[in-house]
Amino acid sequence: MDTILSLSHVSKAYGHGEHRLKVLDDIHFDIHSGDTVAIIGPSGSGKTTLLGLCAGLDRPTEGSIQLNNISLESLDEDRRARVRNEFVGFVFQNFQLLPTLTALENVMVPMELQGLKNIRSHALDLLAKVGLANRKDHYPVQLSGGEQQRVSIARAFSNRPRILFADEPTGNLDAENSELIEKLLFDLNREAGTTLIVVTHNPELAAKTGRIIALKGGKVVSDLATDRQTASI
Amino acid sequence: MIGSSRQSGPSVAWLLSMAWRDSRRNRSRLFLFISSIILGIAALVSVQSLSDSLRSEIERQAAELVGADIVISGNKPLNENIGKLADSLGDRRAAQKSFPSMALFLRSGGARLVQVRALEGDFPFYGQLKTIPASAGRSFRNQQEILVDKGLLLQFDGKVGDSVQLGMTVFRIAGMLESAPGQTGLTSAVAPVIFMPMRYLPGTGLEQFGSRINHSRFIKFDRKTDITSLTERIEDRIEEAGYELTTIERQQEQTSRSFRDVGRFLSLIGFVALLLGCIGVASAIHVYIREKIGTIAILRCLGATSRQAFLIYLFQILAFGGLGSLAGSVLGSALQFYLPVLLKDILPVSVEARISWQAIGSGLGLGLIISILFALAPLLSIRRISPLNTLRMEFQADKGDRLTSLLVYLLMLAFIWGFSWLQIRQVLPSLYFTLAIVVAFLVLAGFARLLMWAVKKFFPGGWPYVWRQGLANLYRPQNQTLVLLMSIGLGTALFCTVLFIQTILLDRVKVSTSGAQPNIVVFDIQETQRDSIVAISKREGLDVSGTVPIVTMRLKSVNRINIDSLRRDSSLPMRPWLFNREYRVTYRDTLVSSERIRKGTWTGVWKDKSQPPGISVEEGLAKRNGIRIGDTLTFDVQGTPMATIVGSLRQVEWNRIQTNFLVLFPAGVLEKAPKFHVLVSRVESPEHSARYQQAVVKAFPNVSIIDLGLVLDVVSALLDKIGFVIRFMALYCMATGIVVLIASVLISKYQRIRESVLLRTIGASRRQILAITAIEYLMLGALAALTGILLAMGGSWILAEQVFDTTFRPDWLPVLGVFAGVCLLTVGIGMTNSRQVVNRPPLEVLRDAS
Ligand SMILES: Nc1ncnc2c1ncn2[C@@H]1O[C@H](COP(=O)(O)OP(=O)(O)O)[C@@H](O)[C@H]1O
Ligand SMILES: [Mg+2]
Repeated sequence: MDTILSLSHVSKAYGHGEHRLKVLDDIHFDIHSGDTVAIIGPSGSGKTTLLGLCAGLDRPTEGSIQLNNISLESLDEDRRARVRNEFVGFVFQNFQLLPTLTALENVMVPMELQGLKNIRSHALDLLAKVGLANRKDHYPVQLSGGEQQRVSIARAFSNRPRILFADEPTGNLDAENSELIEKLLFDLNREAGTTLIVVTHNPELAAKTGRIIALKGGKVVSDLATDRQTASI
Repeated sequence: MIGSSRQSGPSVAWLLSMAWRDSRRNRSRLFLFISSIILGIAALVSVQSLSDSLRSEIERQAAELVGADIVISGNKPLNENIGKLADSLGDRRAAQKSFPSMALFLRSGGARLVQVRALEGDFPFYGQLKTIPASAGRSFRNQQEILVDKGLLLQFDGKVGDSVQLGMTVFRIAGMLESAPGQTGLTSAVAPVIFMPMRYLPGTGLEQFGSRINHSRFIKFDRKTDITSLTERIEDRIEEAGYELTTIERQQEQTSRSFRDVGRFLSLIGFVALLLGCIGVASAIHVYIREKIGTIAILRCLGATSRQAFLIYLFQILAFGGLGSLAGSVLGSALQFYLPVLLKDILPVSVEARISWQAIGSGLGLGLIISILFALAPLLSIRRISPLNTLRMEFQADKGDRLTSLLVYLLMLAFIWGFSWLQIRQVLPSLYFTLAIVVAFLVLAGFARLLMWAVKKFFPGGWPYVWRQGLANLYRPQNQTLVLLMSIGLGTALFCTVLFIQTILLDRVKVSTSGAQPNIVVFDIQETQRDSIVAISKREGLDVSGTVPIVTMRLKSVNRINIDSLRRDSSLPMRPWLFNREYRVTYRDTLVSSERIRKGTWTGVWKDKSQPPGISVEEGLAKRNGIRIGDTLTFDVQGTPMATIVGSLRQVEWNRIQTNFLVLFPAGVLEKAPKFHVLVSRVESPEHSARYQQAVVKAFPNVSIIDLGLVLDVVSALLDKIGFVIRFMALYCMATGIVVLIASVLISKYQRIRESVLLRTIGASRRQILAITAIEYLMLGALAALTGILLAMGGSWILAEQVFDTTFRPDWLPVLGVFAGVCLLTVGIGMTNSRQVVNRPPLEVLRDAS
């Protein structure tokens, strides 16, 4: 099985001198294509920072990150943007839909950025899959939190990413909506064969993945395969 | 399913559509941002359109400005040579003698100094003397009749058929003169005209010794003639003889040039209005982009490159800048139909406003350049917005690199300088203009910083909550202090400068009429009339200490240099004017209080008759013409040559009303020369003045009287007419400032909504919120007005000292008025806006804002 994401000795620090704060310390792991992984840990342990590094939103202070066999640290921001656009999908805790675009337009943006044509039907398909075909012309403010997150999931899958990052995707949602979102996330993931990396507080959500990496104080304190992982092998 | 096309990145069309989509929910706001430049563009477009129409009108009506193909004129009768030349030219000729004289309106008894134009022949050959009744313009030439300037006629309540005495002759008013070639509203205010037939001139007795007559000969060619080559052939001869040659072509050039200058001046003021708007654009776009950080971060996260994100917003700014410029150009084109009405008194020709596509084009171009240039700094910062903002919103875009902002500022400076250069076409003045703008901006920005610092540093912690909140709003993050201070302050500064300059100009004249200063001058008194006029003056209750003798003469040479050598050698410092003008000279044995010797010594009496007399020359005249102590000046005194030596250079205070002279002779030289006298005295009221003038003119119609009260009125009227235009432009700048103010306030509304909703949720009353706003804007308005007024005072002080050569005494009442007005306006706009916020239910506002 090929490796889609590989971190070797990654550290991240903010600030200089006295104010220097080491947020991630010598992180080291590989993730195989098609895996589902949860990153857990207490608040402030560096989960979001780690996710940002893996997705190429930021550069590590030390170490190297290979996404789909591309060394991210050697690329400038615009090249990394290309990489994200081609291989990566995102789901955020606070949805991050473009407020000036309709639901449908939001779903189409990643494909449009690739210069693809005739994408409307694909986007409509995705909206239908998350159950929002009838809300396609609504703006984010006209949608509830759960609905916004469903649009965001549709958008995350629209460019057929090889890897999908989700930062506490259910963190802002009630139990009922959380369940719906989790289901969608895993269903679509299975269907598309995407690698899924979820940052979460939620043990139930973590338990649905095949591997749990636990962070504490910027260090990996445990990295375990779950039953599910064993089961899927 | 995904279509077949290959991955090639998004097309420009997609970026455009993204720009379009993204603007959807912000359009009214974007337009609001751009609205700041609409007025500025409109001002420039209207001024340029008017200049264009004016140029073509002057071209079209040039012949009517002159009234003939060629005019030869001078302040002495045409000599034999030139007279023959004039008679040999053209197919039709006319002549004119023009001079100042008193006119006595017999029915009302009013008397006033007017400009008499005695005509012979069919002048004007182009255009006409427009009169009421229309026939009077021709018929007056055959009778003992005159045409009287409209304003003059109104002043003395005269009617057609009334009698007016000029010199010894009584004329019947044939008609009211509405317009004549070369006359404008201004010239008729300064020197109202009376036309009379030349053949009645001898009878008036005005054509006598001492009168200042300008002689003109008008020539018209009926057959096609090459006037240009003709004038080239004859102009040297005419100018050498001391006469002036005017042709239609030259008049047109000269008129165009002076009005091009007026146009450029107005353009500069319009440009300042535009710059004010630019501050608005810059700050609005800054706020706008700051609010777009989230959106941009998401786009970056999804794979948009920094260039694509930049382009999306560049397109937006371009579209709305274009829209704003278009609106400005349309408004400007409409406005220019009003400008000729505004300027009618100073325009030399009648102007029909026309749409100028060139002006509209340059307005559009300018608007686009300006919107990009002033949005450039925030636009460029887009490239540095990190996708990390999606994960952590508090993550700010990094400080931004200094080099880029420096480059942007340099670009702005270059633009301001470039534009002002285009208007002024002189390197140094345009640099000064740019410098003045930069200084004004820096001072305002400095005051804004100072205010924020001071409020924070000396924060009155013990004050009531409402005050603390209002004051804190001045320095909290995302405050509008800088922008509001700049826009309101600069608008106020401009407005006050105009106000001050007007005061300075009026002051110069007023000084001379205040207190016990003389305010009436009687001149052209013949030797034989002197005693009687002094007697009349005393009888009329005037305080007369004596009269001043005046001898007229011309300068023949300075050392060996005369007009001929001057013409041959252009390196000489003298101006031809030095030899062509007539000098009115007096002699006395002492200096008067308005004179001070700066160099050399003043000898009061000519004693050593073996030496030429030592005279005193005004220092400015000497300096401009390179005249030094010890130079020999030879004058022609009524045909007799008279050699003199420059003994001293004298400073003369011209703005005091006395009889002041460029050249002063000692006693003992000119006593026997033909001369006339001037009497200077003081009248106590306009009625007194009228009574006195009437008494003198009735007895001696040849003398001329200048009532300084009247001069003051004329100057005021003049300043009113010009000042009106400038005030209009200044008000215009103010209006732009107000638009920027409104835009800024509205922008801050979007920022403040959440907070005021929050305050209301936790129990603040609407009243308290309004009070907070009032305090904040009162502080802003007061400080902006104060800074603006200080700037204006500084500028006016420099102008007064350097340009007008007087001391600057501001008129405080209008200044207070401006201050109060600006404060009220600022608070008013701030309150109106926040009233809208507080009157809506919190929930609705919150939804709207997100
Ligand atoms: N830009 C930054 N500058 C300084 N410290 C930061 C910055 N971003 C995050 N941190 C710090 O890094 C630590 C980890 O943050 P984060 O990755 O958000 O943790 P988590 O997502 O696990 O809650 C926190 O202590 C946070 O304060
Ligand atoms: Mg986090």
